Amino acid sequence: MAEPIVTYKDVHKSFGDVEVLKGIDLDIYPAEKVAVIGPSGSGKTTIIRLLMTLEQPTAGDIIVDGRNLWKMEKNGKWIHANENHLRSIRGDIGMVFQHFNLFPHMTILENCMTAPVHVKNEEKSDVKKRSIEMLERVGLGDKLDNYPSQLSGGQKQRVAMARALVMRPKIMLFDEVTSALDPELVGEVLNVIRDIAENDDMAMILVTHEMDFALDIADKVLFLDEGVIAEQGTASEVIEHSENPRVQSFLQRFRG
Amino acid sequence: MNLNYWSWDTFFDALPVVLQGLGITIGLTFASYLFALIFGFLWTFLRRVPNRFIHFIVTWTMEFIRSTPPLVQLFFIYYALPVIPYIGISLHPFACAVLGLGIHFSTYIGEIYRSGIENVDKGQWEASTALNISTWDKWRRIILPQAIPPTIPMLGNYFIIMFKEVPLASTIGVAGIMLLARSYGAENWSYLEPLTIVGIIFLVLSYPSAVLIKKLENRFNKRFDKNQIMKDKGAMQ
Repeated sequence: MAEPIVTYKDVHKSFGDVEVLKGIDLDIYPAEKVAVIGPSGSGKTTIIRLLMTLEQPTAGDIIVDGRNLWKMEKNGKWIHANENHLRSIRGDIGMVFQHFNLFPHMTILENCMTAPVHVKNEEKSDVKKRSIEMLERVGLGDKLDNYPSQLSGGQKQRVAMARALVMRPKIMLFDEVTSALDPELVGEVLNVIRDIAENDDMAMILVTHEMDFALDIADKVLFLDEGVIAEQGTASEVIEHSENPRVQSFLQRFRG
Repeated sequence: MNLNYWSWDTFFDALPVVLQGLGITIGLTFASYLFALIFGFLWTFLRRVPNRFIHFIVTWTMEFIRSTPPLVQLFFIYYALPVIPYIGISLHPFACAVLGLGIHFSTYIGEIYRSGIENVDKGQWEASTALNISTWDKWRRIILPQAIPPTIPMLGNYFIIMFKEVPLASTIGVAGIMLLARSYGAENWSYLEPLTIVGIIFLVLSYPSAVLIKKLENRFNKRFDKNQIMKDKGAMQ
């Protein structure tokens, strides 16, 4: 089997006195689709926020494509990563947020173009072409010059996905991307994720409450409970045949 | 009604004399304001330095500057600063006034910037990080363009407040309209007309400025497409 693209080694994270992650060990392989499920407060979101460098781990290592994300070697010693080190790795990772976080002062085309043009110094015309393609792919080719405030929640979230895809990440993170949407808008967003999962070869980590959807697209499902991975395996192993009582009671509550 | 203490002859005699100082008064306003706008950024960023000691020093320096009268600061810069050994420098009155008013108002402007920056949603920072945008571009393209426009009415108000503090500079010899009106009064033994002229000039300039700032505010709001949001809200109701 290929080398993992992301490895968590005994990763811990505390906020003040509260330990949210209590030793996470995890391998994610290129093109693998991973769904993270579990009760709220179990640390699901924190797992991907550490990878996106939005939070610092308290202990442990995260290896991305062979490089230690949060530590760097200097004069033979391992020291805390600086911004340059983080930036050199972060380019491989993209993220879609629960609350979209589009830039309100830019049109949706500008939202997609600003990072490739200014971060990667790519040719503007190439980026524009790619951004338009991406926005067409998510079904918003007719809204290029609209501002985020003129879109529905589902449309905003699709723009956010196009914006992340234009950066061509190797790993895409989805943080409960349908939780802030009205129920009738969830479907259009899930369809885009399904399209990405089926046609793109990047690794994906989805933190989600959409159990059926996770079962459908995930190669691997992690059940997180009180800061540890309580169960992991294929979707059917975890969701359908788990004997772990915590998983069962969680799923029962979910399905009513 | 017989206004024998008021003379239109004196009024029209004093008018051109006082108006000679208008360029200096307006120039000083703009120069001090520009200084305050730039220096305000310095305060804002210094306060964000993640070092307790620096944060403490900066916060209390700002508090000190804000809690002392601008007149005292002007006098200090003009009369006291030159006699301090080693660092003492003697500046032209106009430069002293720019420095004094500029620094005083920069502390207020810095507060305004800070409130603007704090009002930008945390998600905007996170999205910028997720897109690997550099610290410089983050400020320049994402945070400040959202933080500054909502503060424009407040910044505009401080422009007008500062304009009205500019006559203080007459006390250290800046030859704006106030100083010229006072010296006309002293020479001709009639203060009423020249000082009335000063009052009228301030009114005539302050009021249109306020209107202009209102217009500017609307224009920036439009850029943000707030009108569209208002329209949407209107349609919903």
